[in-house]
Amino acid sequence: MNRILSFVFAPGFFSNEQVVNALWLGGVIAVVAGAVGVFTVLRGQSFAGHAMSDMGAAGAAGSLLAGGTAVTGFLSFSVIAGALVDLLGVRPRDRDVATGLVLTAVLGLGSLFLFFDTRVVGAPEMILFGSIFDSEPSLTPILSGLALLMLVLMLILYRPLVFSSLSAETAGARGVPVRLIGFIYMLLLAVSVGETALIVGSLLSTALLIGPASTALRLTSRIGRAIPLAALIGLLCTWLGILLAYDSYYWPPAGRGWPVSFFITGLVLALYLASRMWPQGAPTRALAD
Amino acid sequence: MSSSATGWINWLVSPGIFTYSFMQNAWLSGTIIAIVCGVAGFFTMLRGSAFAAHALPKIGFAGAAGAVWLSVNPLWGLSVFAVGGALGIGWLGKGARRDVIIGLILAFGLGTGALFLSFNNEYAAGAIALLFGQIVGVSTGEVIDTAVLAALCLALLVVLYRPLLFASVAPDNAEARGVSLRSIDIWFLVVIGIATAVTVPIVGALLSFSLLVGPAAAASYLTHRPSHAMMLSVAIALLSLWIGVALAYDTGWPVGFFVATLVVIAYAVARITAQWRVSRLSRVAPAE
Amino acid sequence: MTSQTFSTSPVLTVSHVGMKFLNRSVLEDIELTIGAGEFIGLIGPNGAGKSTLLRILLGLQKPTRGTVEILGSPVRRGNRYIGYVPQKIHLDPATPLSGRDLAGLGLDGHRYGIAFFNRKRHAQIDEALEMVDARHLADAPVGRLSGGEQQRLLIAQALLTHPQILLLDEPLSNLDIKSAREVVRLVARIQREHGVTVILVAHDMNPLIDVMDRIIYLAQGRAAIGPVDVVVQSDVLSTLYGYPVEVIRTRNRILVVGGQDSGIEDFSVTGGEHCHGTEVLST
Repeated sequence: MNRILSFVFAPGFFSNEQVVNALWLGGVIAVVAGAVGVFTVLRGQSFAGHAMSDMGAAGAAGSLLAGGTAVTGFLSFSVIAGALVDLLGVRPRDRDVATGLVLTAVLGLGSLFLFFDTRVVGAPEMILFGSIFDSEPSLTPILSGLALLMLVLMLILYRPLVFSSLSAETAGARGVPVRLIGFIYMLLLAVSVGETALIVGSLLSTALLIGPASTALRLTSRIGRAIPLAALIGLLCTWLGILLAYDSYYWPPAGRGWPVSFFITGLVLALYLASRMWPQGAPTRALAD
Repeated sequence: MSSSATGWINWLVSPGIFTYSFMQNAWLSGTIIAIVCGVAGFFTMLRGSAFAAHALPKIGFAGAAGAVWLSVNPLWGLSVFAVGGALGIGWLGKGARRDVIIGLILAFGLGTGALFLSFNNEYAAGAIALLFGQIVGVSTGEVIDTAVLAALCLALLVVLYRPLLFASVAPDNAEARGVSLRSIDIWFLVVIGIATAVTVPIVGALLSFSLLVGPAAAASYLTHRPSHAMMLSVAIALLSLWIGVALAYDTGWPVGFFVATLVVIAYAVARITAQWRVSRLSRVAPAE
Repeated sequence: MTSQTFSTSPVLTVSHVGMKFLNRSVLEDIELTIGAGEFIGLIGPNGAGKSTLLRILLGLQKPTRGTVEILGSPVRRGNRYIGYVPQKIHLDPATPLSGRDLAGLGLDGHRYGIAFFNRKRHAQIDEALEMVDARHLADAPVGRLSGGEQQRLLIAQALLTHPQILLLDEPLSNLDIKSAREVVRLVARIQREHGVTVILVAHDMNPLIDVMDRIIYLAQGRAAIGPVDVVVQSDVLSTLYGYPVEVIRTRNRILVVGGQDSGIEDFSVTGGEHCHGTEVLST
């Protein structure tokens, strides 16, 4: 038994401070991203969600270049970008082009920052691919508090958010301030993406935002169940990914570990593909007709 | 040439910009990719495929990182992953939300890219260069590869032109007339994949999508004929790329930054011009 | 289910067509025979199976059982003798297409390769635009046209193959009353002048009463066909719906009122949401 355990959890897994911190932070962001992601998928804003992580990366690169910290850059740029995308693209078709062009502008600047950052060896890789094992322990309480705040906000907004995400027109007619809710949601998304990108890397936050949520929405047609399910799936993928990455230090070819991001994105995609085998329930169909 | 003229030219552009052979290669492949992206961008804009155009270069980047690890030509890695990603999106896109599929495949592609980067023993400068693009790295052989892939891309677009236009504008009618929306979609994604593969080495994986999104969106505000829009889009892409390459040569900064900035400026100018025209028309109209 | 004899052979025969999705029956044993040059209104509430029936007629969906014959041969996709006008198309205001480009897609949009300018093609498109009184829209940017104008361009697009049957999917649902009346008049004129069989889908029968020869009433996946006065009767519709409904005729308007809360169909009210995504959910 012990041998199996030590085979699964390589020695020192739970006593390593970095690992414990990574498990905690990874868990926190997976839960928030899963919950916010359900609405991102429902509202068809995956591109915006992904774009924010890229723009957050631009901010982080700029902030590092100016001697600041990555956190401030990630959060401030993704929030500004979220507001811009929301303001510029009202209609869905517009939104695609608007998101693309805002992303072009910000990422253009970001690539310049990142380029200058390359003089700091590894900075672009850190920003793009994340560094869950090296995150600053002093940030943990701040990031956890922010995550809690967002979950509370979502709980408060829950019903109008569901209503306006499922059918904006009806919600508007019933007096829900659809535009305002959309804007607040966009900011929520921005903060959540910024935080996720900081921890697991801008290039991978998209996986945690979209993957668990779309998997959950395949398995249940009730939003109230999809949200905890998505959070759970996200948590599972993240922890399993961290475990595998820790174990992989003994794997070929380089002998210095495979990146966490590879495992997390792989698990997320695998679970999503598996969920597509699940038969789509009849009640969903009946509604769609 | 008189010496004063040479002085002027040197003031305008740095010496060697047209004479170094690597710069000639950069001009040549830059011109080729601007034409391909201008035309393919027209359909990207029409179909609202900006996310796919953004995702495929990054997926291609993962392939290039793998190619660097295996020491094969990065262009092969780029092409295989970009086209493979396109097929994956097209194949999984049935019966699911398109943006979700793109996001997931993009994330997994990048995860794989991170894996390949970590396999590289030293700091993978070659792969990182592909994120930002570079004008000095284009060999004559690569110009030929670029030209061949670009010709393939344009040939596909010529063949697909009418059903692609039909399916993009009025999908229901096109389907009723016997156009297979699914195969048109997959072929179009393959076109984007190839266009991406040739664009990334110069413009970089982070920003090559700007050439697929910006020029066509700008052109759509200036004309309402498809052929004119395509020509304008190519013209804007060419100008952005040429100026971008020249500025990158002068400053040593990444080409992607200049191209993206120029494309955004072109879009803003086109949109403002269109708005100004509309408001002028509506001011004139009541007087008639 | 009324039958009728025709002087000419029928252009459209639907026999014993049934359709099931995941054990849910959408269409049940549909029997229809439609003659050349008829104007048929395909009427029914949302979710009655109108769109499914239309997709079957277009050959885009295979019925679970039964057969469909069009002009004497089995239904197939891309039949040029059927002109199809979709509910609406979503065009961005900046779409770089002119009215002529949009209509012209109906002529050769499905063919591979590029269309080069040619005088004959140009004249054909203009002729179709003429038929729908949209000659002046030939060079206008389509994205900036009104819903009614776009609708006319789409009808021109469908007419370019000289179809014998014209299928229109809810052409009136996004139009104001005046433009709706114009579209009905236009379609009726095309039917008369060119002998085209028209099948027009709508959920309100009232705008069509003066022009339609017969009505297909679809409810709960079942259909009744015949003249309006015969089909739209309380007993006929009650049999279709499977519960009592009342037909009320007042001042040239016909209202169908359901006997159950869930089934109220007041046709003076339009509405209802069509969900297009596959991942649509309940709360």
